[in-house]
Amino acid sequence: MSSRLTKSDVERIASLAHLELSEAEKETFARQLADILTYAETLQAIDTTNASPTTHVLSRHEAFRNDEVQESLSRDEALANAPDGTSDEGFFKVPKVIE
Amino acid sequence: MTATAQTLVEIRDAIAAGEITSTNICSEYLERIAAVDGSLNAFNNVTHEQALERAAAVDRSRTAGDPRPLLGVPIAIKDNLCTRGVPTTASSRILENFVPPYDATAVSRLEAAGAIVLGKTNCDEFGMGSSNENSAFGPVKNPWNLTRSPGGSSGGSAAAVSARLVPGALGSDTGGSIRQPAALCGVVGLKPTYGRVSRYGLLAFASSLDQVGPLTLTVRDAALLLEVIAGPDPRDATTAPQQVPRYTENLDADLRGVRLGVPSALLDSGIDPEISQAFSAAVEVFQSTGATVSDITLPHAQYAIPVYYLLATAEASSNLARYDGVRYTHRAELDPTSTTLRAMYDQTRSEGFGEEVKRRIMLGTYALSAGYYDAYYLKAQQVRTLILRDYEQAFDSVDAVIMPTSPVPAFTLGEKIKDPLQMYLLDIFTVSANLAGLPAISVPAGFTQERLPVGVQLVGRAFDEGGLLKIARAYERNNGWWKETPNI
Repeated sequence: MSSRLTKSDVERIASLAHLELSEAEKETFARQLADILTYAETLQAIDTTNASPTTHVLSRHEAFRNDEVQESLSRDEALANAPDGTSDEGFFKVPKVIE
Repeated sequence: MTATAQTLVEIRDAIAAGEITSTNICSEYLERIAAVDGSLNAFNNVTHEQALERAAAVDRSRTAGDPRPLLGVPIAIKDNLCTRGVPTTASSRILENFVPPYDATAVSRLEAAGAIVLGKTNCDEFGMGSSNENSAFGPVKNPWNLTRSPGGSSGGSAAAVSARLVPGALGSDTGGSIRQPAALCGVVGLKPTYGRVSRYGLLAFASSLDQVGPLTLTVRDAALLLEVIAGPDPRDATTAPQQVPRYTENLDADLRGVRLGVPSALLDSGIDPEISQAFSAAVEVFQSTGATVSDITLPHAQYAIPVYYLLATAEASSNLARYDGVRYTHRAELDPTSTTLRAMYDQTRSEGFGEEVKRRIMLGTYALSAGYYDAYYLKAQQVRTLILRDYEQAFDSVDAVIMPTSPVPAFTLGEKIKDPLQMYLLDIFTVSANLAGLPAISVPAGFTQERLPVGVQLVGRAFDEGGLLKIARAYERNNGWWKETPNI
């Protein structure tokens, strides 16, 4: 496994993460992420044959409650933090999606 | 400052006895914030008027024998916990104007207990950092030395309590973010067991690790805040059903028969000599109170940092996907006729997130991406299992693990921020408790020659906060470190 990251690797990850990076950021991140990933490679030496992955430490996996209608936020409250001018018709608005 | 009433318990009792009013004490702290916080930057927002209105309401309606355990007592809240009608930014540009329509459960429980919120404290952006330098609103300064970092990410809460700008505060701890700043600022910081305190209304960073907890001057105050905020919450399905013990009762226990373990091999490398000295002295104090101290091994704890930084960033990359310019206030300004949805997302996030947040989203996205998932993310989850097992085995022979909270005292602002990996390595003693979901507390353990605070940390069995608090209290009773006040 190689921890060398090329500029195009960084661009691919940034695209997956919905980030637009400057050229300087791409260079810095390529170097820093490679450093961190190289350090993380120490894990490869550990025998994990009998270790199942831990996703969380909860002993309980279900949390049932009665299916009762309860009060929730009003539409105005829920929309109050929408970016300026996008909530006036009662919706979150986004730029046009369909051509 | 009212020299006679400094702790939450003292203030609560003085108000209950009619010796002071909530208005008096809240005004006093607000004045001190106004006088001092210009040099500390511990607060993102001070809720001056609202606090005084609520304090006045407490003073008007208070009747003798009111059982509310924090009636009229001032408190501060880390700015990543939602407060209804009060801006909650997580110290990020992307949430600069976000005003939550609801309170976090920990906040509403404090207020139901009578506490008065004085403001929201500065932190590393979304809790990501160990120095408080990753805040969109500038770093917090350490009250013991203004050129030093207060630690992070709950640096504002720790600095505010240390400087007596507020007698207690809430923080959040994903990899040490309560305990490390508590150690660097000389206060008590408690990370509860995973599931002990509701995260409803906590802006999520890494959901399998995040916990909300108190920062206070004394162990008793930490017990009091935990007692109020802990317990099951129907709004957070990860809260544990266990009932909450009365942590404040029988705190002054005898430590005879209590077994403590020191993971000596883990402490062999990279610790500042003055931290080692203070830690050895603390071990002697624990022994003098009747505890037995033995060597233990946590063979996989040395791998906790890579495990943590792969898992926490993977979870963060998912949790922070919601900040996309649609729902939470900030949207990049773009030409509405030609902008695509995708460009709006990308530009909003790129201008709204700071460098460390972007770095962690990138790292987490990489660890989760096709071709790397097994080698990084899955492997880290497997090693997490081994770290958990190490602790389980250790708790066969000891009741708590003790180690330093941080390998170094407060470092100079600007000193480590340029090298993210070096900054991450500072979390070596704190991250494993999060990975294993265990409760852990940092208590003041003295000072370096330069008069920078040192903390000692105890990690306990799941849901044994009561045991940890008793051990911490026995230690605290044998020193007066918490009474030392920074000269600010």
